[in-house]
Amino acid sequence: MIEVKALVAVFLAAILTENYVLNKFLGICPFLGVSKKVNTALGMSAAVTFVMVIATAVTYPIYMNLLLPTGLDYLQTIVFILVIAGLVQLVETILKKYIPSLYNSLGIYLPLITTNCAVLGVTMLVIEKSSESFGYVEALVNSFGAGIGFLVAMVMFAGVRQRLESCDIPKSIQGLPITLVAASLVSLSFLGFSGLVENMLG
Amino acid sequence: MDFSMILPAVLIVSGIGLIIGLVLAIASAVMAVPTDEVVEAITEALPGANCGACGYSGCAGYAKALKEGKAKLGVCSPGGDEAVMAISEILGVEATSVCRTVALVHCMGSCDNTDTRMDYQGISSCAAAAALHGGNSSCSFGCLGLGDCEKVCPYGAITVCNGVARVDSSLCKGCSLCIASCPKHIISLTTDVRQGVVRCSNTDKGAQARKVCKVACIGCKRCEKVCEAGAITVTNFKAVVDGAKCNGCGACVEACTQGCVTMYLPVTEK
Repeated sequence: MIEVKALVAVFLAAILTENYVLNKFLGICPFLGVSKKVNTALGMSAAVTFVMVIATAVTYPIYMNLLLPTGLDYLQTIVFILVIAGLVQLVETILKKYIPSLYNSLGIYLPLITTNCAVLGVTMLVIEKSSESFGYVEALVNSFGAGIGFLVAMVMFAGVRQRLESCDIPKSIQGLPITLVAASLVSLSFLGFSGLVENMLG
Repeated sequence: MDFSMILPAVLIVSGIGLIIGLVLAIASAVMAVPTDEVVEAITEALPGANCGACGYSGCAGYAKALKEGKAKLGVCSPGGDEAVMAISEILGVEATSVCRTVALVHCMGSCDNTDTRMDYQGISSCAAAAALHGGNSSCSFGCLGLGDCEKVCPYGAITVCNGVARVDSSLCKGCSLCIASCPKHIISLTTDVRQGVVRCSNTDKGAQARKVCKVACIGCKRCEKVCEAGAITVTNFKAVVDGAKCNGCGACVEACTQGCVTMYLPVTEK
């Protein structure tokens, strides 16, 4: 039971208190670019979640079993980029052949997130945390939570932006400026979650 | 310089790269999905606007339907003749001239012709204004002139001038985005040929229509009687021209006492 509780804590923390977009400011590009409509935001987040989990599933063992024993952990970044890029390509090929419906629904987002910093960030921060308490399972749960957190942030922000559409915004801050202001407010609101998970389950 | 440090690093990283490369190469060979070259070529020839004017889901969908012979040539209005020529070459069929369609605003209720019902100071958008008692124009069917269609037009073909939207038919590509944006539903697609058009959407009875707008169609049926081709019908106190029957003689324009029936001139005649 304790195991499950810890996993839930890791999962919730990744969504709320350590949200990759709103607290760590990773993956801002899709956050601002693809959040105009709820539908596209959902598609993008689904693809990101998917890639985050499989990327962590592959990079974690590579780091632990190959890079760390040979003392090459300083090559982490370049190896991870290489692996993630190759992996996404492979997944795309497989999906195209065997699950074309999923391939079509993920569409352009799958290749787009190959170089997404949120994906790289998750895989690297998971490694960083492995010195504390993170095993393989925790790492996977954390990256899944990070993806869901990305989804929550995207969908919430898409909602905010749809409201902005019908607002009378002063001309000087129309477009990107007001989007950034709105993003910072959403991010501030997520600060309210700090300490929540520790106190709830800790 | 300690090569024993560099060598394993280089070997391992390039080894990973090599493995990934091999796996990808094998995967792409084993799991290759045959793509249709013809469809790709057609997609290439289409404008790529994915506007949906053809009735298919984007340009790729239309290209696929063309290849399978399910779709007609010449329904892509953004692509125009150019795209038709290119596609007919790819498919090896005879080119048919594209029947260009352009958007037309069925209202001439400019500030001189209509009155305002209130001093509207809300959000500057037709959709918002229409939600407030149908907008501030005296005619509840007419153009609100706040330019939702102007904002949505990707080609800059629409301008709001003196309180009524106008389409520059030489710039219009017939993508129908404006039609979807208009809360009054007074914009429609018209074929780009010489024809009489009724530039009014008011279905009020004659006296009421005359009260709210100087150029409203009052449903007097003069145009219907005078039309030799039988292209005009009056329903709900409003005349409608069937563009397919209209021969462009212009009798209806002369017969109209309100001045709401006008002659549409195609781009080439302007």
